[in-house]
Amino acid sequence: MANVPEDLHYSKDHEWVRVEGDEAIIGITDYAQNSLGDVVYVELPKAGDKFASNEPFGSVESVKAVSEVFSPISGTITSINESLADEPEKVNSDPYGEGWMIRMKMDNPGEVDRLSTAAEYEDFTKAESE
Amino acid sequence: MIDFGGWDMPVQYPAGTIEEHLRTRTHAGLFDVSHMGEIDVRGPDAIAFVNRITSNDVNKLVDGQAQYTALTTPQGTVVDDLLVYRLAADHLLLVVNAGTTEKDWNWIKSHHAGEQVELHNVSADYCQLALQGPDAVSILQKLTDVPLNNIKYYHFTRGQVDAIDSIISRTGYTGEDGFEIYAAPEQADRLWSKMLDAGNFGTEAGVLPCGLAARNTLRLEAGLALYGHEIDETTTLLEANLGWICKLDKGDFIGRETLAQQKAEGVKRKLVGFEVTDRGIARDEQEVIINNERVGKVTSGSPAPFLKKNIGFAYVPAEYGSVGQQISIDVRGRLVGAQLVKTPFYKRAK
Repeated sequence: MANVPEDLHYSKDHEWVRVEGDEAIIGITDYAQNSLGDVVYVELPKAGDKFASNEPFGSVESVKAVSEVFSPISGTITSINESLADEPEKVNSDPYGEGWMIRMKMDNPGEVDRLSTAAEYEDFTKAESE
Repeated sequence: MIDFGGWDMPVQYPAGTIEEHLRTRTHAGLFDVSHMGEIDVRGPDAIAFVNRITSNDVNKLVDGQAQYTALTTPQGTVVDDLLVYRLAADHLLLVVNAGTTEKDWNWIKSHHAGEQVELHNVSADYCQLALQGPDAVSILQKLTDVPLNNIKYYHFTRGQVDAIDSIISRTGYTGEDGFEIYAAPEQADRLWSKMLDAGNFGTEAGVLPCGLAARNTLRLEAGLALYGHEIDETTTLLEANLGWICKLDKGDFIGRETLAQQKAEGVKRKLVGFEVTDRGIARDEQEVIINNERVGKVTSGSPAPFLKKNIGFAYVPAEYGSVGQQISIDVRGRLVGAQLVKTPFYKRAK
């Protein structure tokens, strides 16, 4: 069963959001990394780049496929996880920790309320894998 | 699971593509390739007939030998690539790609012109399991009395594997030593489990079951063409660097004239191998750019798990086809640098 931490917000595109003040940390879920398989390459934006919610901010590649990653909320990138350039496998081994992707300053912190809770996301992935 | 030419096939098993790929290079991998098609050609003109519709020279085969070849169009392009097994002077077995089996079957029937042969599509009569890797001989030897070391590369024998009547062929699609085993389809389950057991599946150096993704990365590293990617009905054998299976002086065959002419004049474009030199992974269908011009396309692009590089095949104009040539690849709008390299990308130590 995929790991779905209680304290995060989730998108239907399988990204998670952790709120820290007016900043959000974003990555992909355990469910997502598991369906992708071994991650071999992660392409991320630069600090300063702006994204609207649901806009692709980068891509994750397995041996077989490329998947876009979407920004669950709108905001401006403050930093990215540079270590994924050399160790993309962290996305598999620790998707909610060392495998985080971007940190962004939220345009509107209220936006996270539109995302799913852990329980809702868990139901969603169950329905999707059936 | 994905639908692959009407077959439900796993892209990967739980170990994952990278582990499956590496284990095949270092120990052994087991592939269920029962989806491949088989066409039986029997009769006094079997060799003459197959020699007229394929590009390699079937006359060179002895009983118990296999050959890589192609069914060619009059334009010298490829209907399919296949293996021809010589079971006897009047009995050949053609092993073709799954997705093209129906097309090949119709093509072969429609090009039959009075030769004394009986043709049968026997795809449903065989399962095929491929055991590949440096440990393949020792694993399979546990299950058979056939002295496997006496079977030379691209040769085969009929014998029993765990008391199951089989064709044991020293061939494969991974760049490793190994075997492809053909048997009755109802034996597939048992053969599969016996080979996993004999190969100590579940241990660190044991055999791993491998899915379609590893099959693809292994063949790509080994520089082998995949139908529908490097070769199809728009690419000639010479463009695809398959001149070695074009025996232009063996006598007439479909496409011979065009291929002879192309050989004399030289090809305008050719298939080349490349290694990505920037960060990024080139993928199938992405465009190749040289001197600001879009001059060709990637036919297969992927990470190469054993070489730990991002590699691929592409078609480029022949004048740019030399090893060392710098190219760019349009990776979803970003230009990524690459360099042409010799193929195969990977060659096993003898």
